[in-house]
Amino acid sequence: MTKFIDLTLSGISIGAIYAAVALALVLIWRSTRIVNFAQGAMLMFTTFIASAVINGGGSYALGLVVALASGFVLGAVVERVVVRPVENAPPLNAVILTLGLYTLIVAVAGMIWGNTPRSFPAAFSLRGYRVGGTNLLFTPNDTFIVLVVIGVAALLALLFRRTTLGLRMRAAAFAPEVARLLGVRVGRMLTLGWALAAATGALAGVLVAPSVFLGPNNFDPILISGFVAAVLGGLDSPPGAVVGGLILGLALSYVSGYEGSSLVPLAALVILMIVLMIRPTGLFAATRERRV
Amino acid sequence: MLTLEELTTDYGPIRAVDHVSLEVPEGSVTAVLGANGAGKTSLLRTITGLVRPTSGRVKIEGEDITRWAVEEIVRFGVAHVPEGRGVIAELTVQENLRLGGLWRGRDAMPLREIYELFPRLEERAGQPASRLSGGERQMLSIGRALVGRPRALLLDEPSLGLAPVLVAQIMSLVRRLADTLGLAVLLVEQNARSALSIANRGVVLNLGRVVIEQDPHKLAADDRLLHAYLGF
Repeated sequence: MTKFIDLTLSGISIGAIYAAVALALVLIWRSTRIVNFAQGAMLMFTTFIASAVINGGGSYALGLVVALASGFVLGAVVERVVVRPVENAPPLNAVILTLGLYTLIVAVAGMIWGNTPRSFPAAFSLRGYRVGGTNLLFTPNDTFIVLVVIGVAALLALLFRRTTLGLRMRAAAFAPEVARLLGVRVGRMLTLGWALAAATGALAGVLVAPSVFLGPNNFDPILISGFVAAVLGGLDSPPGAVVGGLILGLALSYVSGYEGSSLVPLAALVILMIVLMIRPTGLFAATRERRV
Repeated sequence: MLTLEELTTDYGPIRAVDHVSLEVPEGSVTAVLGANGAGKTSLLRTITGLVRPTSGRVKIEGEDITRWAVEEIVRFGVAHVPEGRGVIAELTVQENLRLGGLWRGRDAMPLREIYELFPRLEERAGQPASRLSGGERQMLSIGRALVGRPRALLLDEPSLGLAPVLVAQIMSLVRRLADTLGLAVLLVEQNARSALSIANRGVVLNLGRVVIEQDPHKLAADDRLLHAYLGF
């Protein structure tokens, strides 16, 4: 029973990180219909920046803030400079472009910081809680991860549902031409969407770095899991991304705990295949428009 | 006053709008008629900047807005209700309406005034627009255009897919809006007789050109012309 509780709590913690990555992918997908294959590289790069700040004597909090800010700026720059020219081009152009961007960022990171993985500090202790004489695997840092991701998801939900800025962003995402006809500056909204997505990704990078180490290619599996979580929840649905992340985190945690960690990547792909076969639009896909 | 001067739009080698000149004064309705492919929708899309014209000018109150960005044209007071109504299905009715006036800030028309015009929308305010019927969507798209207090209103086939009784209601409303709000209305329609019944001016487009511009009642009575250009 203790093992089950351990795996469940670990699953929620890693699921929160998948949820953050999935949120980053979903925010971009629903605004520009692009799967950002460079997301893993972008969050790796901003985590390296956080690492540089912390190693330079800055606090963890400062490193986190700098990572979020640099993610925000990186997302905005990528949208304006790289993505904007192909937004109306065939979808394959954007796929190739984000793959190229991934390669570029990984190469640049390797040139700046080297290819040897390095450690990254955690915000809080990595020693598991002790409950009733039993040491759990769930740590104070895991609590921090879950709370931060829930907080960010709640803030994004508030932004989109309760503010005029969020309303403009949703309109720009759902119907760009109509939004322009209503005076919405769609270009700015798309830039902001990319910036928020990249900042959310940057958060995931800082949160996961203590457990995967920091290297140019160390975040690739996180991107795959985040993508599966996004598809699981429905690529168009931010709440779906959060739920998808948690479900995937739990499922992979159980697979890892009971069947062995070597099966985790395979399990993620099997889950992806099952979802695509049974409910290709994901668990939280938007309801279909009424035909009139 | 909405003024078009020799407006011309090309899609590659195809000329969609061919040297169209029109004046639509405040408080008037100009019905633009034509068969499919006549260039009606392209004309409206050119006016609001969704398509860049090859040559010619678009003016509002004498201000040349031809090369402005779509958002700036809208913010200058041109509201465009696109073909297919342009309701954002994923947003609620109220959110759709609010969007229409966000750029206006506090000067936007209060939603209660829209609900007075369209009580049905108030009943459905919290529902997703995807659940609306065709007539309700048309009300929503027109109401949303009004929230920004426009000077000119461009309507693209508002009667499309609606029952005759709803078409009559919508046309009567358009006339009322032009009269009470002083709007310059450019009404693109295939439903010629309905549009002409409320218009101050009738214009027939054929292959992008204005081939007839005359009194709407004379135009409606001329079966030969309507048959020649509109197919009935």
